[in-house]
Amino acid sequence: MTDFLQLLISGLATGAIYALAAIGFTLLWQTSQTINFAQGEFVMVPAFLALIAMRWFGVPFVASLVLAILASMLLLGVAFRYIIVGPLIRRGVLPLVISTIALSILLKESVKDFYSAEAQTFPTLLPDTLITVAGVSVSLAQLGVLAVALVTIVLLQWFLAGTRTGRQMQATAQNPTVARILGVPVERMILYTFLINAALAAMASLLVSPIYLAKFSNGETLGLIAFVAAIVGGFNQVRGAIAGGLLIGVLDNLAAAYVSTAYRQAIPLILLVLVILFRPQGLLGRKEERAV
Amino acid sequence: MTALLEVRDIEKSFGGVRAVCGVSFDVREGEILGVIGPNGSGKSTLFNCILGQLVPDRGTVRVNGRNVTALRPSRLNRLGVSRTFQLLQVFPELTARENLILAGQEHRGSRLARLFGARDAGMGAEADRMLDFFRLRRLEDEKAGSLSYGQQKLLDAAMAFMSGSRLVLLDEPAGGVNLTMLADLRERLEAINRETGVTFVVIEHNMEFVMALCSRLIVLAEGRIIAEGPPAEVRRDPAVIEAYLGH
Amino acid sequence: MSTSTSLLIGLLLLVLLALAPVDLNDFGVPYPGLRRYGTYILTLWLVTAIAAMGVNLIVGYAGQETLAQAAFVGIGAYLTAIVTKAGVPFGVAFAASGLLTFVIGIALGFPALRVQKHYLAFVTLAFTVLCWLVFRNEQWITGGVMGIRDIERPTFLGWPLRNHIRFYWFVLAITAIMTFVLWWIVRSPWGRAFTALRENPLRAESLGIDVRLYTLLTFALGSAYGGMAGSLYAPLVEFIDPSPFALGPSLLFMLMVVIGGSGTFLGPFVGAGIAVLLPEWLRAWETWYLLIYAVLVMVMMAFFPGGIVGLLSRLVARKARS
Ligand SMILES: Nc1ncnc2c1ncn2[C@@H]1O[C@H](COP(=O)(O)OP(=O)(O)OP(=O)(O)O)[C@@H](O)[C@H]1O
Ligand SMILES: [Mg+2]
Repeated sequence: MTDFLQLLISGLATGAIYALAAIGFTLLWQTSQTINFAQGEFVMVPAFLALIAMRWFGVPFVASLVLAILASMLLLGVAFRYIIVGPLIRRGVLPLVISTIALSILLKESVKDFYSAEAQTFPTLLPDTLITVAGVSVSLAQLGVLAVALVTIVLLQWFLAGTRTGRQMQATAQNPTVARILGVPVERMILYTFLINAALAAMASLLVSPIYLAKFSNGETLGLIAFVAAIVGGFNQVRGAIAGGLLIGVLDNLAAAYVSTAYRQAIPLILLVLVILFRPQGLLGRKEERAV
Repeated sequence: MTALLEVRDIEKSFGGVRAVCGVSFDVREGEILGVIGPNGSGKSTLFNCILGQLVPDRGTVRVNGRNVTALRPSRLNRLGVSRTFQLLQVFPELTARENLILAGQEHRGSRLARLFGARDAGMGAEADRMLDFFRLRRLEDEKAGSLSYGQQKLLDAAMAFMSGSRLVLLDEPAGGVNLTMLADLRERLEAINRETGVTFVVIEHNMEFVMALCSRLIVLAEGRIIAEGPPAEVRRDPAVIEAYLGH
Repeated sequence: MSTSTSLLIGLLLLVLLALAPVDLNDFGVPYPGLRRYGTYILTLWLVTAIAAMGVNLIVGYAGQETLAQAAFVGIGAYLTAIVTKAGVPFGVAFAASGLLTFVIGIALGFPALRVQKHYLAFVTLAFTVLCWLVFRNEQWITGGVMGIRDIERPTFLGWPLRNHIRFYWFVLAITAIMTFVLWWIVRSPWGRAFTALRENPLRAESLGIDVRLYTLLTFALGSAYGGMAGSLYAPLVEFIDPSPFALGPSLLFMLMVVIGGSGTFLGPFVGAGIAVLLPEWLRAWETWYLLIYAVLVMVMMAFFPGGIVGLLSRLVARKARS
């Protein structure tokens, strides 16, 4: 039982990170019909930005984390919005999908060629000290991850539901045409979505890298998990992405302990198949109907 | 005698918006029924519910006594019900003739025969007949996307007749069509109805067009039927005048 | 182009390709013929083109996205390697590869296509990773990361295909047949239905076209082309391991089709040619190759979404007009 609780907590910690990646993915899809096949690489790259700041320029650790987030917002937010999505969205869905696939290859290869093909250790803010409460021991680092991710999610939810800009963003996500008619500055809202996605991906990156090391190929798994979390939770809902992320994190940790490690990666995939078979709109999703 | 199309108690909401609330009516074999009503009164939604494009929250649709509620549109089409959409929906990359063949090809022979048989799936002669009938013959090899709006509208309507359907639902066939072509379109539709006995249900905002074409009207407002009867009667109905002017 | 012209051009290309590895000096033509390596690359191009034709059917004709073609190639390759090593004739293995991948295509596509446009992409993505895990982990049958070596080239009607030129001709003949089959399908009424369901599925459905069924069939058929390509790939390279069937190569299949020109008949051949030849040309820059390729794709999508074939046919059309 205590084993189980320990696994549950570490599962929630990784799950919260997955949720960050999945939320950004969902937001992007809703507001700008952009399915970002490079989302996994978006979660892989920021850790390397921080490493570059630290190792190449000698920037202190905490400052490089901040720098990495800002640089991600610029590169993966603004540049992605205006250089790739902007010109391509008019060309239709397929060219954009293809471009994000190409972007994923570009990011992966760039990190491999310009930084390193080896997995890099990544420092953590909190030590790995174990604390034991009622027989359940968890590391301080894990609790820290969980806390940071949850605070981010709560802040985001507050922003989306509680502020004027957030509500305008949601309106844009639900129906850009109507939002525009109602006077919402749709273009700006779309840019905000890209910025938020980049920031969330950067957060996820900086939180996940101390646990799994930073490696150029990490994006494959992370991206897949982000898609699966978004779909399992319900594609059209931020709440869904959170639930999906947490669920996969927990399942993943339980699977690592109780199922063979060789097929640990398969758990989210099987979950995806089950959801598509039995609850295609996702666990928390609503059915969507197209206007004719 | 049972009706060709029987609509009972159809209801459909989108989130909080009740687009159609409890609509029932019958359409008899061979008649031309008009559906009118202000913008947003639920006409297109009603069509979409009848045709399986949307699943109604409640109610049933019967064609020839057979329950077809929520049947997929392609199945319904193969049972002899065709439609057009409110927005123009031809295939711009295909020629006018190809558009017509496409509209008919799933109704002739088996799927396997279509794979191994002729390229026109045996619909060539029928397509030519339709091109002549709608006076589009000289445009047959033009890409549909390069035709004028009115010609595309005509082609769109013509496609609905390629399947040999007995029941055709047209959503604003006259929308955006100029006056000369309008008269043409009306006259063609009347001719089809007269010669082959095809039954029509037509949504239309153009009153003149509706009054001249239809033998009976139903009027929708806010998702309900507020009047029903011959055009001349409906035109004088105070409830109808209220619905149109009251907004 | 009329039917007979396209057939004639196809036949001409076929003859030229068949002669490519032959030393024509004996016949008075100063052409030495391709060497062993050149013939190998040409064969690889054909095999890749078969798989790419499948992707083109799914992406270019049915308007869906598949990220599993490398996995299907892998299934065909492993199946062929395993059963031919057990003594099953190649012909049976080839047919079984096509059939198995067709059935898997139906099983994957059926649930995914019920939902929403991009779900097929996600399901195929997941499937690719799953397959790769199986290839890598089930050592008892796939040899794990060590792979399967010494896969024999088959014998065709008592004619051994060990020789690289003979094997090339064999693959060329199969490619020609499979190209003809696909050409036949896309010019039949089915092809018209594909156009319709790609451009406007809503309207297509209302015209009696069973969009779900047609989409499912194209996906299964396209996947079967992947499986059959894999069945040829195994005896070509004579050694298989999981790496060419991972997610990365699946993505590359999608990219090559779009670069060549999705929805055009020749696109997959051009795209496969680039995908096979580019790494050869850029050999000196080996590590940079994927980087360059990715940038090329993005530039291409921004300026010529019709791919190379689309671009060329536009240029030809312009020239014809002026
Ligand atoms: N897919 C949809 N999602 C949400 N609301 C919808 C959808 N389709 C229609 N509605 C709403 O349902 C109501 C009825 O719309 P409908 O299109 O049926 O009206 P209509 O009578 O055809 O109008 P018009 O004459 O302008 O074509 C409107 O309030 C519309 O906004
Ligand atoms: Mg309408």
